[in-house]
Amino acid sequence: MPNTLRLHYEIPGDDFTYAGEASSCVKKTLGRLGINPSVIKKVSIAMYEAEINAVIHAGGGSADVEINQQKIIVKISDSGPGIPDLELAMKEGYSTAPDHIREMGFGAGMGLPNIKKNADNLQIETEVGKGTTVTIEVFLQ
Amino acid sequence: MNNYFHSVTLDENKCRGCTNCIKRCPTEAIRVRKSKARIINERCIDCGECIRICPYHAKKAITDPFDAINNFQYKIALPAPAFYSQFKPSSPRDKILNALIGVGFDDVFEVAKAAEIVTCATRDFIAKNKYPRPLISSACPAIVRLIQVRFPSLLDNLVPLDSPMELAAKMAKQAAAKKTGMDFSQIGTFFITPCAAKMTSIRSPYGKNKSMVDGAISIKEIYLKVLQKLNSQNLKQLIQAGSDGISWALSGGEAGLLNVDNYLSVDGIHNVITILEEVENERLEDVDFIEALACTGGCLGGPLNVENVYVANTQLKQHINMAKKYNNTICVNDSNEYEYLRWTQSVEHKSILMLDDDLDEAMKKLETLERIYEQLPGLDCGACGAPSCRALSEDIVRGNADETDCVFKLREKVRTLARQMIELEAKMPPVLDKEGNINKEE
Repeated sequence: MPNTLRLHYEIPGDDFTYAGEASSCVKKTLGRLGINPSVIKKVSIAMYEAEINAVIHAGGGSADVEINQQKIIVKISDSGPGIPDLELAMKEGYSTAPDHIREMGFGAGMGLPNIKKNADNLQIETEVGKGTTVTIEVFLQ
Repeated sequence: MNNYFHSVTLDENKCRGCTNCIKRCPTEAIRVRKSKARIINERCIDCGECIRICPYHAKKAITDPFDAINNFQYKIALPAPAFYSQFKPSSPRDKILNALIGVGFDDVFEVAKAAEIVTCATRDFIAKNKYPRPLISSACPAIVRLIQVRFPSLLDNLVPLDSPMELAAKMAKQAAAKKTGMDFSQIGTFFITPCAAKMTSIRSPYGKNKSMVDGAISIKEIYLKVLQKLNSQNLKQLIQAGSDGISWALSGGEAGLLNVDNYLSVDGIHNVITILEEVENERLEDVDFIEALACTGGCLGGPLNVENVYVANTQLKQHINMAKKYNNTICVNDSNEYEYLRWTQSVEHKSILMLDDDLDEAMKKLETLERIYEQLPGLDCGACGAPSCRALSEDIVRGNADETDCVFKLREKVRTLARQMIELEAKMPPVLDKEGNINKEE
C-alpha cells in the first residue's frame, strides 16, 4: 500500500530566532526516512528560503509537507502582501527586504532564485493583498 | 560495524547510571541500561564530551600504555602541538623535546613541523581545485565523524588531505629508516595525544587504509614522566617547527595560516553543530574555510590534557613567541609536491538517523514515533535512560525500549490499574452481598 506522510508546521512571524525551525525539522525527518542526502539538501535549502521569505515579508505563515514514494512536496503559505511583479522577484539580486533584515545577512535577493535552483518543480500563486503560496516539488530519484 | 574501534569507553565499576552523559552527548549515543551507561558504537564520534562531564570519572579514553613503545626497536615520539602548552615557558620547547628522549624515546618528530607542510598542501589545494564552499578542515577526527553521521551533505566540503599527525608519522618513519637501515615495522611512532578521537583515528582511520601511527599515549599519562626529565643536560637539537606549526593547537591557528580572505573558526562540539547547520542551509557560502574543533579552546581543551585550557592558552602563546626565531616551512609553489597527502579513500556517510531501509516502513515507523512522542510528558528528564522524550520514542520504534520505561507512563498505568482494582474490590458476588438490596431486581 503506497504510504503518504503529511507534516504540518506553523511559521511564527514575530521572532527571527525561530526562522528556519520548520525546515530544520523536515531535514531531520527526511534523514530518519533514509532519503538520499542530495535530495534532503535540495528540499531543505528550498524550504528554508521559502520559510525565511514568509517571515521577512508576510509575518509568518504555515508549511505543509507531503512525502511519498516519488517526491516531496513542500507548500509554504502566507497571508502577506503578495508579490506585485513575480518576474522581477525571480531575478537574482532583486530584493524588497528592509534594511534591518539585510543587516542580518538576509534579503540579498537570492531567495526565490535559490528556491528555483533547488526545486524540480516550482509553483508560485500570489495575489496582492491576499498572500502567497509557494509549492516546491523535489523528486526522490 | 561492531568491530569499529572506539577510544571512549566506560568503566563499569565507577558508573552510577546517572543522566549527566546522556544529556551531554551531541549524537545521542548513550543510554542508561541496568544502572550503567551504554555507548552505542555506531553513533559515538569520540568527541570526549562525556569524559569531561562525568562526575564519577567513569568515562575514559583508551590509549596505549606507555610500555607499548617497547614493542619496537626504534621508538619515535610525535608530540601534538598542544603538548607544549602543558608546560610553563620556563621550560622551553627544546627542553620538553629532550625530556621525551629522557623518558625512553629514541627520537622525536614534531607534529607541528608536519602541520606546516599540511598548511602548504591546503593552500595548494585551495589554489588548484574547484571545491564546494566553504571548505571544512579535516584535522579534528571528531568533526569528520560528526559530519559522517549527521551532516552527510557536507562530506564533499572536507579538506581531503592527511592530518599533520599522519604526515609526521610518515616523515619520521622515512627519516628513521634512512638513518638506521631498519624496516618500517621495527620503527614505532607514538602520538602524544590530547584527545580520544585521535586514538580512534589511528585504529580506524578515515581517508586511507591504514594509519602510519603505531600508537597514541595520552598527555595525562606521560606528563609526570616528562616533568621529571625536564632538566636533563646536553640538549640535542630536536626543534624542527617554527611558530606556525605550534599555532595549530589554538582555535583558529590552522585557518589563520591559509591566506584566505574569509575564514571562520569554531570550537566546542555544540557550537560546531550550529555552524554546520548554517552551512547546510547555504547561509555561509561567502566563507572560504571553516576550522571546526570539537573541544572548547581547540586541542588545548582536549580531555586528556593536564593543564586548564585557559592557562594552557597563555602558555602556548609564549611558546609560539619563543618559536619566532625558528624558520617556518617554506611552501613549494606550482608543482605536484603535495599530491601524496591526498586521501586515497573517500569518507562515507554513516547514517544514524534512518529508521528503516524501506521508505514505506520508515514512514510507518515515523508516524508511530510521532504518535508515541505526543503521549510522552515532554520533560526530557532522562529517567528512562534516553536523553529526551523524542529519543525514547525513537528507541521504542526501533524496538530498543518500551513505553513503560517512562516513569510517568508507568505511573499512569499503575494508577489506571489501581482504580480498576478498587472498582473490582467494591463488587461482591451476589450470594455474599449482605448489604445489597434484595428487591433490587424486582
